[in-house]
Amino acid sequence: MERMLKDDAREEKGELARMASFVGAMAISDLVKTTLGPKGMDKILQSTGRGRNVTVTNDGATILKSLHIDNAAAKVLVDISKVQDDEVGDGTTSVVVLAGELLREAEKLINMKIHPMTIIAGYRMALECARDTLLQKTMDNKENTDKFRTDLMNIAMTTLSSKILSQDKEYFAELAVDAVLRLKGSTNLESIQILKKPGGSLKDSFLDEGFILDKKIGIGQPKRIENAKILVANTAMDTDKVKIYGARVRVDSMSKVADIEAAEKQKMREKVQKIIAHGINCFVNRQLIYNFPEELFADAGILAIEHADFEGIERLALVTGGEIASTFDNPESVKLGHCKVIEEIMIGEDRLIHFSGVAMGQACTIVLRGASEHVLDEAERSLHDALCVLSQTVNDTRVLFGGGWPEMVMAKEVDELARKTPGKKSHAIDAFSRALQAIPTIIADNAGLDSAELISQLRAEHHKENCTAGIDVITGTVGDMQKLGIQESFKVKQAILLSATEAAEMILRVDEIITCAPRRREDRM
Amino acid sequence: MALAFDEFGRPFIILREQEKKTRLRGLDAQKANIAAGKAVARILRTSLGPKGMDKMLQSPDGDVTITNDGATILDQMDVDNQIAKLMVELSRSQDYEIGDGTTGVVVMAGALLEQAEKLLERGIHPIRVAEGYEMASRVAFDHLERISQKFEFSADNIEPLVQTCMTTLSSKIVHRCKRALAEIAVKAVLAVADLDRKDVNLDLIKVEGKVGGKLEDTELIYGIVVDKDMSHPQMPKRIEDAKIAILTCPFEPPKPKTKHKVDIDTVEKFQTLREQEQKYFDEMVQKCKDVGATVVICQWGFDDKANHLLMHRNLPAVRWVGGVELELIAIATGGRIVPRFQELSPEKLGKAGLVREKSFGTTKDRMLYIEQCANSRAVTIFIRGGNKMMIEETKRSLHDALCVARNLIRNNSIVYGGGSAEISCSIAVETAADRHPGVEQYAIRSFADALDAVPLALAENSGLPPIDTLTAVKAQQVKDSNPHCGIDCNDVGTNDMKEQNVFETLIGKQQQILLATQVVKMILKIDDVISPSEY
Repeated sequence: MERMLKDDAREEKGELARMASFVGAMAISDLVKTTLGPKGMDKILQSTGRGRNVTVTNDGATILKSLHIDNAAAKVLVDISKVQDDEVGDGTTSVVVLAGELLREAEKLINMKIHPMTIIAGYRMALECARDTLLQKTMDNKENTDKFRTDLMNIAMTTLSSKILSQDKEYFAELAVDAVLRLKGSTNLESIQILKKPGGSLKDSFLDEGFILDKKIGIGQPKRIENAKILVANTAMDTDKVKIYGARVRVDSMSKVADIEAAEKQKMREKVQKIIAHGINCFVNRQLIYNFPEELFADAGILAIEHADFEGIERLALVTGGEIASTFDNPESVKLGHCKVIEEIMIGEDRLIHFSGVAMGQACTIVLRGASEHVLDEAERSLHDALCVLSQTVNDTRVLFGGGWPEMVMAKEVDELARKTPGKKSHAIDAFSRALQAIPTIIADNAGLDSAELISQLRAEHHKENCTAGIDVITGTVGDMQKLGIQESFKVKQAILLSATEAAEMILRVDEIITCAPRRREDRM
Repeated sequence: MALAFDEFGRPFIILREQEKKTRLRGLDAQKANIAAGKAVARILRTSLGPKGMDKMLQSPDGDVTITNDGATILDQMDVDNQIAKLMVELSRSQDYEIGDGTTGVVVMAGALLEQAEKLLERGIHPIRVAEGYEMASRVAFDHLERISQKFEFSADNIEPLVQTCMTTLSSKIVHRCKRALAEIAVKAVLAVADLDRKDVNLDLIKVEGKVGGKLEDTELIYGIVVDKDMSHPQMPKRIEDAKIAILTCPFEPPKPKTKHKVDIDTVEKFQTLREQEQKYFDEMVQKCKDVGATVVICQWGFDDKANHLLMHRNLPAVRWVGGVELELIAIATGGRIVPRFQELSPEKLGKAGLVREKSFGTTKDRMLYIEQCANSRAVTIFIRGGNKMMIEETKRSLHDALCVARNLIRNNSIVYGGGSAEISCSIAVETAADRHPGVEQYAIRSFADALDAVPLALAENSGLPPIDTLTAVKAQQVKDSNPHCGIDCNDVGTNDMKEQNVFETLIGKQQQILLATQVVKMILKIDDVISPSEY
């Protein structure tokens, strides 16, 4: 037969295509499966780039992001985990594992000669049912501030318990909850700054109510200022260029060079004068400050901080309530930032600048301490997850129990539905419930527990009305989640459920894979 | 064969380097071409209908696309064969012209080729086959006209339109919220439609997608959404009753177009130049302020200084806005695109009721919404979805739905779907064949058989016994003389498509038949394929 596609292109059809995508998706899900739950294990990732950087993590999104994958279906799963990370910040592993389990069940059904479209129809019905169940079972403590805080604490602890911070989870949960509550409902995590400083132990990490800038104060300038008026700027403080295009200096004698140099100096002096005229005692610039202007600032008793990075500047402007200025001609209308005290502090070996008593109470800095860079990186990721989940929960205050409780509740209702549904779809609905139950099974397996025994006990327990039982990984038994205080955010669970089903459906619908010939790289001799 | 001899018996060369070329002639050429065309059709066949399967395509760069949109599949398949490329073109032209039915047209062409192959084996000349097909297509075309019905709707009663769009969407992955999406599509088209002139400019509908959220969060915005944020982080995020200056000149120092240089050789010159520069920035901002603009949208970048001045004067600004978006904004707000600061004037400003910045998710994604525009005829459909593939697929599906709605506004004749129109045509062509003397009769009859391919594929994809179902429906159509009987793909229980509310536009269907016939004719007429051999 005529070849229709290009030489290196591959075409897989029907059963083969389905096999290829199932195998790929399940491989990915098996890969991250062992990181699930409080006793999940970590992975070491070594980059292929220069330096062979090593990352130790159990964050699903981070693991999947660093993989180079060729299988198309596997890419779909990596993609959903990324989105989960962007949207809610946590549950990145769960979403991949659930999608993998759904596909595993679907494969069995396809072997039973059930059409993929029928499976999809069944999954859709089951999803609808599971979601409704979740909605009914949520708890909402929006009215009661104290209770809501406990909820948040519980959620933070549940999230952190599967991460490196689990040893000090109460401490960090406290940190995270404090930080998020300061935001007062906004999901803008930018005003929470996380600073990593190697040294000390994780326990030495702390939340600071002010703002910490990782910079040094210029030489000969005051080290402590009270009632600071801050001008945040983004302007050239080296040599001010003339920006009109094509302008250049062309002179014919040495004396003229000196003249122009003097004029330049004069210009800089004027600029500094103008800046000082704002009545400030602290000047923070994004760009470099050369020696000359720095000297002028020191003379005027102004604290000048150079080369703060862009994010630092933006955040500083946000916290102190000033504006980022680039021209200094009308000092009366430029908004200055305020804070009570600026001082130099020491963390470990490093000197940092600490702004406390800032105008906007929302901002805060979390300083992480830890034994090594790897620990710090992983701690930052864990904390970031916790912060994301918390900030989402503040917006959507509905919460659920954790420890496999929601999965069991959903599975029960879905089972119920399967029994009522006539036709082949009921097999698919049944499969959906099995996939849901796989999650607590994996959590138990990872903790080295007898999963079959535990799950059957749990299921029996769930047959009672208003049950709050889940897996207590610490003692290895079925425990009361309410008493143990293990909770999860409703929004995260819902996102996991929806995107996992969506991804599974997408992969199921495929009956042909066409891989185009890879683009040839030009051979460089 | 390609070798000829002159009167002295010396060979002379007709085809340059002919030993390096492969050549197929006569029936072999036609058969090879038909095989290629059929191969393409076979790929798409399983994607037809509401229960069609998807294809997963991996591009040369490794990106994955999952779709069941015929045009997209063929577009990304990167085919090498010339005839296969013709089929790709075919589906693309259906996409441009009608926007929907891109799979159907290829399946149809494949079936016609398959029938033609049989006729060729019987020794019927390809041109006679082509002519027979041509006659048959005309019969089918007229028959479609006859069974078509007028489709009643008005701006107040959009329900029928929504139903049609739902039919289109039901074969896509967005099936789950087809109702919501169909409504969005219809409202969007009606917003930009000129009902008196029966014209719809789809350029006014912008489809924007952003990863994250749920498909249910997809919304229609009567205005423009731009994937940009304010140039300065501290500018206001919400402006009401905005007057928008749309600029294509940068807030940067002037660049003389001529190639001369400014020389500085004295201190005075240095200083005047500096003052000039400062004044220049001030003037730029002042001009915008003077004409009463409250928002500036600029195609180019800003200098730090200008950025601060803008912020300082309370003039929110957006930079690096693309040309197309700039034009859309200009249309929507009724403003004029201004290329120079000197030409700014109050009447050139665009007006919008609300300009706001909205942030999404936990990452720092922000979008700019321009709503309640002076000229509300530009709308944006903003798609959210679980992942990038989902959004791309939703975009494609919505494009189909938009096209269907547009076609209905242009011409409100419809035929019923579910293969009913094809079956009805097939019966009509069959009877026409019997009346026609000559060899073409065979071709016409084959055309009728080919028309059955679409309902057959539909039934097969829906898991029904294809031949049983088709014959049953056909018999029913003839018995009840009801051209609305089709394949019951969704197991609703009736196969009257009128009751199921499954229909397609008349021009879409007619176009399908005409385009498929044309391409098949073209392929049949080729009797010599000369191509350079591989190496």
